[in-house]
Amino acid sequence: MSLDEFFVTGDPLIFASQIAIGLTMVGLIALITYLKRWKWLWSEWFTTVDHKKIGIMYILSGVLMFFRGGVDGLLMKAQTSRPELGLLDAQHYDEIFTTHGVIMILFMAMPMLIGIMNVVVPLQIGARDVAFPKLNAFSFWIFFAGAMLFNLSFVIGGSPDAGWTSYFPLAGKEFTPGVGNNYYALSLQIAGIGTLATGINFVVTIIKMRAPGLSWMKLPIFTWSTFITSIIIVAAFPILTIALLYMTLDRLFGTHFFTVAAGGDPMLWLNLFWLWGHPEVYIVVLPAFGMFSEVIATFARKNLYGYKSMVYAVAGIAFLSMLVWVHHFYTMGNSAAVNSIFSLTTMMIAIPTGVKIFNWLFTLRKGRIEFSTAMLWSLAFIPCFTIGGVTGVMLAMAAADYQYHNTMFLVAHFHYVLIPGVVFAVFAALYYWWPKMFGFKLNEKIGKWHFWLFVIGFNMTFMPMFFVGLDGMSRRMYTYAESTGWGAWLGFSAVGSLVMAAGFAALCYNIYWSFRYASRDVGNDPWNARTLEWATASPAPHYNFAVVPEVETLDDFWYKKKKGKTGLKKADLKPVHMPSNSWTPIVLAAAFGLVGFFLVFEWFPLAIISAIGIVVGLVANTFDYDDGYHIPVEELEEEEREWRGDLQ
Amino acid sequence: MTSHTTPLEYQSEQTQMNILGFWVFLGAEIVLFSTLFASYFVLEHNTAGGPAGQDIFILKDVLIETFILLTSSFTSGLAIHSMRNHDKKGLLIWMIVTLLLGAGFLYMEINEFIHYVHEGATIQTSGFTAAFFTLLGTHGAHVTFGIIWISLLLVQLVRRGITVKTSSKLFIASLYWHFLDVVWIFIFTFVYLKGMVM
Amino acid sequence: MSAKNHGFPWNLLVGFILSIALTLLAVFVAFYTDFSSHVILWVIGVMALFQAIIQLFMFMHVTEGKEGIINVVNMVNSIILALIIVFGSIWVLTSGHASLH
Repeated sequence: MSLDEFFVTGDPLIFASQIAIGLTMVGLIALITYLKRWKWLWSEWFTTVDHKKIGIMYILSGVLMFFRGGVDGLLMKAQTSRPELGLLDAQHYDEIFTTHGVIMILFMAMPMLIGIMNVVVPLQIGARDVAFPKLNAFSFWIFFAGAMLFNLSFVIGGSPDAGWTSYFPLAGKEFTPGVGNNYYALSLQIAGIGTLATGINFVVTIIKMRAPGLSWMKLPIFTWSTFITSIIIVAAFPILTIALLYMTLDRLFGTHFFTVAAGGDPMLWLNLFWLWGHPEVYIVVLPAFGMFSEVIATFARKNLYGYKSMVYAVAGIAFLSMLVWVHHFYTMGNSAAVNSIFSLTTMMIAIPTGVKIFNWLFTLRKGRIEFSTAMLWSLAFIPCFTIGGVTGVMLAMAAADYQYHNTMFLVAHFHYVLIPGVVFAVFAALYYWWPKMFGFKLNEKIGKWHFWLFVIGFNMTFMPMFFVGLDGMSRRMYTYAESTGWGAWLGFSAVGSLVMAAGFAALCYNIYWSFRYASRDVGNDPWNARTLEWATASPAPHYNFAVVPEVETLDDFWYKKKKGKTGLKKADLKPVHMPSNSWTPIVLAAAFGLVGFFLVFEWFPLAIISAIGIVVGLVANTFDYDDGYHIPVEELEEEEREWRGDLQ
Repeated sequence: MTSHTTPLEYQSEQTQMNILGFWVFLGAEIVLFSTLFASYFVLEHNTAGGPAGQDIFILKDVLIETFILLTSSFTSGLAIHSMRNHDKKGLLIWMIVTLLLGAGFLYMEINEFIHYVHEGATIQTSGFTAAFFTLLGTHGAHVTFGIIWISLLLVQLVRRGITVKTSSKLFIASLYWHFLDVVWIFIFTFVYLKGMVM
Repeated sequence: MSAKNHGFPWNLLVGFILSIALTLLAVFVAFYTDFSSHVILWVIGVMALFQAIIQLFMFMHVTEGKEGIINVVNMVNSIILALIIVFGSIWVLTSGHASLH
């Protein structure tokens, strides 16, 4: 393989990015070296097992990936803004819609949500950390290795171009010979290991590490949704593992899982992909529901209406999520019975989801609503998401789906589900829990700019897609004729995407502004909130709670505040046991990343040598009997005095 | 939870969580293997002119493999029984027997695969062979991993004796080993017997 | 469940003998009876499930520990998922007019 096959060449856009990426890397390394921050990075972040820091790293990666995926989206919008534009050629357009989809779902939505779960859930249940802190660090680093591997395809070897669903036979070696789809198979496989580990971690954490008295029906709703999400992760991700294994074997080792001529079945890929892929939708949307519920209850100053029905609705959605996968391929030629049954199960999902919508509305009813930025996101979510949901019921009808299938109508539908359902939730959560992470609020005024620009831009971008879709425009078309008459709609849509991008820029500016100028004096409970995470300092100390709180009711902290029982008795302080930092997670993840990279190029000897790194890491791990350390009472006392003033 | 009637491996909060976490992981493993089975059932008749199951499977060899694995599951159970009686020597011996049986199983399975390749059934032959070898190979890879893992745990056992930590690790490893036996029972029934009879 | 059960591990032995017997019985049913292949499949399938349950309860002590009930629920849930995946995939991929058979 010659060098110009290795690096992607010939496209000025990519060439410019290659130079930009190179310069940024050199710049970053120089800056860190100049500031003498390597040791600090290694000991405070790279080897950390603290769930809050891991959460922050997840969120940071998510923001970076949002930028990358967003630029892909903008490029697509620019290319289709006028008929027969030549900004991107068909191949480049294919690559961009593929990476846009994969990045937004797996490398943006997932880390954002898992990051927020990491920061919030242990605090909400009064735990010192997650059940397996070292595994948690491994989850993050292996996700990061997968994400970096996927992004590398952009400059080295070429990006995958068979769509984020990578259907066979198109995604097979015969029709897509380059290394792009190898990147898809291997980077998703690597990142998937981390997600599965996170799922197991949170299931055990929430079962075993709840504060005394915090019984199941007193759990904050975000913790509930995280618990059920984690169960779906454990149920669904192994299916993706196998589907990707088949893809890897077909592409790298010449097997015939998906080749019709040799007895394979390309529809098996669709079946397995969506057996994972549909639950995946709920994996990203259920935690978001939990976030909105917390924000709405806090800023309406009321208990969440119908708490128990909310829990049952989440559980119901989780169960149904495993029974609807065929609605993604009604047109594959299934029997009428299959399509009918899956139509029914799909429409049934609207019932628990409807329950949730009404719960939120009734929580707002007669509440003393405070229109904070976090609350605005939650309020905008309800109507926007309902549009997404209702068009989903339209798509659920198998007979009608033959018309909508693979049109822009579908694209508009799932953007109306995922952007309000996930992105709005992540923004709400960032504004809401930011003080818990960093000890200051994001600026509310810039936040409102962020909100209005993004929400207006979002509707401008995606609403026209419903109409061009109904008019027959299929998805993934890199250009169209002027006679179609879609130019005006898509031009408007492209302007909307710029407005949305301006909204995202406002968020970035907000983060910068608030880091520099925001008041650091926000106290532990800046929103007058209801759940346990607000009972400790902001930012939360590394041990979370000096004394593990006892819980009596739902929204316990709210009632304790009313009774003035949030103080801390000095006599209750005992040494706190903490897990030690570890180098194994990052080293193991790096080894996995290397193996993945060499497999992409089918350099098997190098892959085997790197795999030895994995073995060494695992062996080191099993011989590691580190028991952690204890924080002495004096240190706890000092840290607690700093924010509480006097102890009782 | 530290009463003297509780087995050692459950005596710390962390080891309780480790054991629970491993059960959750086994749930994921069930999904993983059922996906492999589902694909196998979909592809098993698609031999594309290559050999089918009944052309290549040999009942005698498969039965021996089955008995070896069933016995190893039994001996790993005996190992945990010894562990709970604080019998380090018994634990060590039964675990080593388990490992030897595991290695014997692997030896037979590799020979079986070589035989299939000679019969013209490689992983690249057809949809059927791809699904077959991947299902069997995933199980075999699990057995291989288990043998290495348990060997490393035995080193720790020799060095540290039966403690809360070593006992929980060995208990978890035994769960893993029993689980592989369960998977094999389904392979034996739904791949071999079904393939030879249907 | 007790830490000191010096006694002979009867449940292990019974489980072992049962699993050997069930294996042999499955071979017998498969090769030496005249049932239709459909019936054979069901019979040996049920026996495999029975063996799995023996392993779970007699060898793996699924009900033991504080989380015994959770473990059982987890296993039942996983088995339901397995059935959905296996029967769902077969149904979806072999019943339609685009099926390869």
